[in-house]
Amino acid sequence: MTLEIRNLHKSFVHKSSVQHVLRGIELTVQPGEFVSLIGHSGCGKSTLLSVVGGLTTPDRGEVLLDGAPVGGAGPDRAMVFQNYSLLPRLTLEQNVEVAVASARPEHSKSERGELVHRYLGGVGLWEHRGKRPHQISGGMQQRCAVARAFAVEPRVLLLDEPFGALDALTRARLQGQLIELWQSESETEIVLMVTHGIDEAVLLSDRIVVMSNPPQRSVVDMITVEIPRPRDRVSIADSPRYREIQHRLLALLSIDGERVA
Amino acid sequence: MSLMLPDAIDQATTADIDVDSAGEPAHRASAPIAIPRGRSRLAQSASTLGWAVAGAAVFVALWHLGARQVANMPTPVDTWSSLRELLTDGFRNGGPGDQGVLLLLKSSLLRVLKGFVMAAILGIPLGMLIGSSPRAWKAVNPLIQFLRPVSPLAWYPVLLIIFLDADRASTWVICLTSLWPIVLNTAAGASSIPTDHRNVARVFHLTRRAYVRHVVVPHSLGSIVTGLRLSMGTAWMVIVAVEMMSGRDGIGNFVWNEYNAGAMPKVVASIVLIGTTGLLLDLVFLKLAKLASQQEAHS
Repeated sequence: MTLEIRNLHKSFVHKSSVQHVLRGIELTVQPGEFVSLIGHSGCGKSTLLSVVGGLTTPDRGEVLLDGAPVGGAGPDRAMVFQNYSLLPRLTLEQNVEVAVASARPEHSKSERGELVHRYLGGVGLWEHRGKRPHQISGGMQQRCAVARAFAVEPRVLLLDEPFGALDALTRARLQGQLIELWQSESETEIVLMVTHGIDEAVLLSDRIVVMSNPPQRSVVDMITVEIPRPRDRVSIADSPRYREIQHRLLALLSIDGERVA
Repeated sequence: MSLMLPDAIDQATTADIDVDSAGEPAHRASAPIAIPRGRSRLAQSASTLGWAVAGAAVFVALWHLGARQVANMPTPVDTWSSLRELLTDGFRNGGPGDQGVLLLLKSSLLRVLKGFVMAAILGIPLGMLIGSSPRAWKAVNPLIQFLRPVSPLAWYPVLLIIFLDADRASTWVICLTSLWPIVLNTAAGASSIPTDHRNVARVFHLTRRAYVRHVVVPHSLGSIVTGLRLSMGTAWMVIVAVEMMSGRDGIGNFVWNEYNAGAMPKVVASIVLIGTTGLLLDLVFLKLAKLASQQEAHS
């Protein structure tokens, strides 16, 4: 399955000024690919994710899944939102179950239960399944949101800064669980992730799309990360390719930052 | 540690301790027990009560002085003895037109409750509909804004020719009284659902039913209770006037009859009873509002 983004344009009118946020984006994501979108605030990376997710309508251009244009939002492109967005009155188990029941009505009750168990277990929350979101930490809420997204068996998984608000240890653990679920447990082929973290992008991605603010093009660079998996977060730092990419990203983003400032 | 872009750093350093193994939520323990310095809680309640009594005493004294200036105006003492008389005889039931004041209060309360429940049954779904659909909002809001300032009593004759029955017309007046605050507050709550939760509903294709149940209701619960509380307050005010017009057994009718009979101490004693009942009703809804806001604080 391939995800194609063709000549995508999107502008926002804010008071009297027009912000041309997405300026002719072209991107093809191959089956089994993990792609990160990185760039400064306002570069349009979240807007791009939202267009792929069907939550925002582009002005021009299209998003194709296996050659067919995607319609509105739907569980084939499940999303993990920045601030967890679990439903407050439901337990963790019910949160995942309601999503599966709504998104995959064709599943029987036992199939549904099996999915809930597999993915809540996969993020280490099965023994906490009876708790409600307000009873657990932000890290656990985000893990539940990841489980919910995987449990609806999406073809594409969209992550909007999923680790942004987490402390370093929690982030490392959830990154590991995410890769584990994506590679071995699920049928999900493509992951598209918006991130601020350079190291995170290099550690997780097959390809990094570097985005920028006007007057530059929307996509200023695409960097392929050929470091073989499984990647170890400690030893990967010794890889020359890792350092090379890290420096390149840092250079790209800091030049951009200076020019914007 | 990761290298991060500058604008992400403050986000990323937010400590968010994960407590898997202990199983205890991190947020819970953070609220220390507040111990007010210098004064205990008992002293504080005593002070609150003391000032309330002082205020009431000043009011009663002014009333006592003022009552002398107006012919037939009962003094606090007259009112007190009349009130005791009414209450000791509160549950007398000598048939229609000869009932104790507590039974009359009960009829009025039941009438209010009936109209109020009708208004809630109509108003909450209507509020949710117009709160979650901008089109429905545009269609209904001007109409509501036009109807809202009309005194519910003005509807009484209209309702009377529809139902040809004073009791049913009274109940419907209460229903109309209660309807607008419930509709408008519910709509306000339903329209303030966070975009993220709407997006969750879109991405996971939540059914209409699941959306209302798991997203709309939890988010609008606080506003619904506020609407219910406001409308109950108004309904209790309006019932007195409705009963004066309808002439049906009830506390409003009692007030009017006693005025006509020249028994002013009973009139003022009834006012005390009406006020007390209203206060109790409001306390019930205040408690409900607190429960609802606790639910919301957890969301």
